[in-house]
Amino acid sequence: MTSQESPSVGQPPARPLWRRALGPRLRAAGLALPLVAFVSVTFLGPMLSLLTKSFHDPEVADALPETMAALRGWDGQGTPSDEAFAAVAREFVAARTERNLGRTANRVNRVASGMRSTIMGSSREMVDAAAAAQAAGVEMDGAFWRETMIAIDSRWGGPEPWRALEAAGQRLTARHYLKALDFERGPDGGYQRAPEVWRIYVPLFWRTFLVSLGVTLLCLVIGYPVAHMIANSPPKRANVLLLLVLLPFWTSLLVRTTSWIVLLQNQGIVNDFLVAIGLIGDEGRIAMIYNMTGTFIAMTHVLLPFLVLPLYSVMRSVPPAYMNAAVSLGATPFQALRRVYWPQTLPGVGAGCLLTFILAIGYYITPALVGGQSGQLISNMIAYHVQTSLNWGLAAALAALLLGGVTLLYVVYDRLVGIDRIGLG
Amino acid sequence: MRSSGVIVVSVVLVAGCRLAADSPPGAAPGGEAGERSITAVSYGGSYARAVVRGYHESFTEATGVQVDLADFQGGLAQVRAQVEAGAVHWDVVDLSVAETVSGCDEGVLELIDPSILPAGPNGELPEDDFLPEMNTECGVGNLLFSSIFAYNREVLTGPPPTRLADFFDLERFPGRRGVRRSPEAILEMALMADGVPKDRLYDVLSTPEGLERVFRKLDTIKDQVVWWDTSAQAPQLLADGEVLMTMAANGRIFNAQVLEGQPFVIVWDGQVLNRGQLAIVAGTPRLDDAMRFVQHAARAESMAGVGRYIAYSPARYSAEALIDRHFETGTEMWPHMPTNPANMKNYLMTDWRWWADHGDEMLERFTAWLAR
Repeated sequence: MTSQESPSVGQPPARPLWRRALGPRLRAAGLALPLVAFVSVTFLGPMLSLLTKSFHDPEVADALPETMAALRGWDGQGTPSDEAFAAVAREFVAARTERNLGRTANRVNRVASGMRSTIMGSSREMVDAAAAAQAAGVEMDGAFWRETMIAIDSRWGGPEPWRALEAAGQRLTARHYLKALDFERGPDGGYQRAPEVWRIYVPLFWRTFLVSLGVTLLCLVIGYPVAHMIANSPPKRANVLLLLVLLPFWTSLLVRTTSWIVLLQNQGIVNDFLVAIGLIGDEGRIAMIYNMTGTFIAMTHVLLPFLVLPLYSVMRSVPPAYMNAAVSLGATPFQALRRVYWPQTLPGVGAGCLLTFILAIGYYITPALVGGQSGQLISNMIAYHVQTSLNWGLAAALAALLLGGVTLLYVVYDRLVGIDRIGLG
Repeated sequence: MRSSGVIVVSVVLVAGCRLAADSPPGAAPGGEAGERSITAVSYGGSYARAVVRGYHESFTEATGVQVDLADFQGGLAQVRAQVEAGAVHWDVVDLSVAETVSGCDEGVLELIDPSILPAGPNGELPEDDFLPEMNTECGVGNLLFSSIFAYNREVLTGPPPTRLADFFDLERFPGRRGVRRSPEAILEMALMADGVPKDRLYDVLSTPEGLERVFRKLDTIKDQVVWWDTSAQAPQLLADGEVLMTMAANGRIFNAQVLEGQPFVIVWDGQVLNRGQLAIVAGTPRLDDAMRFVQHAARAESMAGVGRYIAYSPARYSAEALIDRHFETGTEMWPHMPTNPANMKNYLMTDWRWWADHGDEMLERFTAWLAR
C-alpha cells in the first residue's frame, strides 16, 4: 500500500495482493476451525478453569458472609470483636442445622490442620447452648457467645482459629501456591517455611525432576545404539527390529507395567532365577519393585520407544559415507562417532530427550503401580488432591507449577540448542 | 525417508494420546433404560460376592429392581465429588460409621428414618435388636469388621508372632509388612503396640505429642512397609511372599483360608473393631428404591446371608443365631468371627465420634508423613 503501487491508467484498480489472497486463506483457515474448536473445548477451556481454581476460592466466603464482614476490621491480634463471635455463632448454628457446616469446616481445615475438629466439635455444643439459652430466655449477644465459645473450646480465646477463618475466607488467594512451595503465612502475616512435617511438595518436585532426568539419560544410553543398529540394518532386518520396538508400544501401558510386577517382585521371575543360579540366597532376594528402582525400570521401558523412534528417523538420514570418509581420513571409530556422527544425530537426540523428559515429568500410573511409597512423583500427589482430598485449588497450583517448570525448560532448551534444531527426520 | 519420518511422528503422537487416555476406569453407570435399577457400592472381591449373595439377589427377587454393583476402596471422596458436581450415579454406599457421620455433617448423605428398620424374625424390635451404636442419622448398621494382622505359615516358619507388638518388632521378625495406605486402624495399632492404654488411646491421639508418638512408632517400620490400597491386595501379598505379615480386614484372610486353602494365620491380639453401615447418597433420583434396598439389607436374614459367606459379624443379635456354617465349604463360621469372645481377649472398638471429627486431618497428616 505504498505510493509505488499507483495503478496504471485505463485499468480497473487492482485489489491489493493481500486482499486477493484473503478469501482462499480464510477458507483454508476454516478447515482448521473444527480442530481449534475441539482444542478450545476439550483442552484450553478446562485447563484455564482449573488454573483459575489455584487462586480463586470463594466457598468459605460464600458460606460465612457475616463472619467475614465482622472480621474485616480485626488486626489479627488477640480475639476479634463481640460482633464476630455473634456472627460466627449464628452462621455455625444455622449451617449445622442445615447439614452443610462439614463442607465449610473441610475448607477451613486446609488452611490450618485441626480446624475441622475444632469447628465440628464446637458447633455441636453451640447448637445445644443456643437451644438452652432460648429456652431460658437469655439474650444471645456477642458477649454471651464469646463466653460460651471459649468455655466450649479454649482455642476460640486465642487468635489462631480466627486467623484461619479469615484466611480461608479470602476469595483471591495465594495460599495454594504457598502450600505447593512448602510456605505458609506466619502469625505476623509474613511468609515463612512450613513446619518440617508438612514440607513435602518441594522435595517431590525435585524428585520428579531428577527421576525424569535419570530416566531420559537411561533411555538415551540404551536407545542410541538400538536406533543406530536399526537405522543401519538392511531393510528386511530393520523392519523386524522396528517391529520389536513398536510391539510393546502398541501394548497397553497397564499391561506392560503389571508385567514388570510379575518379573521383578520378591518371588518374581528375576529373583527366582538369581536364587536358582545361586547368585543370591533365598533370604537375600533383591527388592526391585515397590520402590524407586521399580519406578526407574518400568518408566525407562515404557518411555524407550519415544526416544528410539525420533533417533531412528534422524539416523536414517545420515549418509553412512560420512563415517566411512572420516575413518578413511584417519579418525579412530570413536573420534568419527564423536565428531561426525553424533553432531548429525543431535536434532533427534534433542527431540527424543525433550519428548521423553516431558512425558516422564507428568508420569502417574507407572509410579502409582510399581513405585511403592518412595517411588511416587508429583503427579501422584496431584491425583491424590483431585481424587481423594478434593483439594482442587492445591492440585491446580501444583499443576500450574509443573506446567510452568516444563515451559521454562522448553525456553531454556530453545535458548541453548534452538527449537528449530529438533528434528523427527 | 520423508514418509518414514511422518509415520514415526504420527505413531509418537497417537501413542501420546493413548497414554493420556490410559486413566483409571470410572465407576459403572446405571442400568439400562426402562428397567429400574440402583447402584450399590462396595469393596469388591470376596466381600462384594458375599453382599450379592447375602441380599442383592433377594432384593431383586422381591422388588424386581436390579442392583448394579460398583467397587470402591472406602472413603467419602467420590460421594462428595458426585454430590458437589450434581451428578449422583451411586445410590447406596457401604461406609464405616465415622465416614457416615462426617458425610451426614456435610449433607452429602440422606437422613434415614429409623422407623423404616424392620423387626427381627421373631418380632424383635429394631431398637433392642441392633448392637449398640450401630445406627446413626444417615447410616444403617450392617456388620462389624476387624483390622487384624496375619501371616503365611509357609513363609514365616520360625516361632510365630502372637501379640500386636510383634507386628512392629523388626528385630525378632525381620521382613516386610503390608499396611493399608490409610490412617484408619494403623494409628491405633501403633499406639497400642507402643504401650498406650486402650482407654486413653484417643485422648493421646488428640494431642500434638500423641501424633508425634504415633508417627515415631510408624517410622520404625516405614522402610519395611508395602502399602496396599484394595482389601484384596493384602491376602495376595501374603500368598506371594511379598510380605512377612500384613494388616488386613479379617474377612479377606478368612476367605483365602477357607476358599483357597491358604496357610494363613490371623493374630487377633489388638484387633481393631469397626462398625460398617449402609448410607444413601444425597440427591439420588432413585431415593425410594434406595430406601427400600437399605430396609431390605437391614433384615436379620440379609445380615446372616453375608455372615454365611464372609467372617464379618452381623449388626443384629437375632442374625447371630442364623449364622452357622459357610454356605459353600461348610466351615464353622463363628470361630472366625471378630466378635467371638475367644478372639476378643484384647481388642479395641474404633471411636467413630473421634474419627468423624479428626478423620480428614489424620488423612492429611498421614499423607504428608508418607510422602516424606
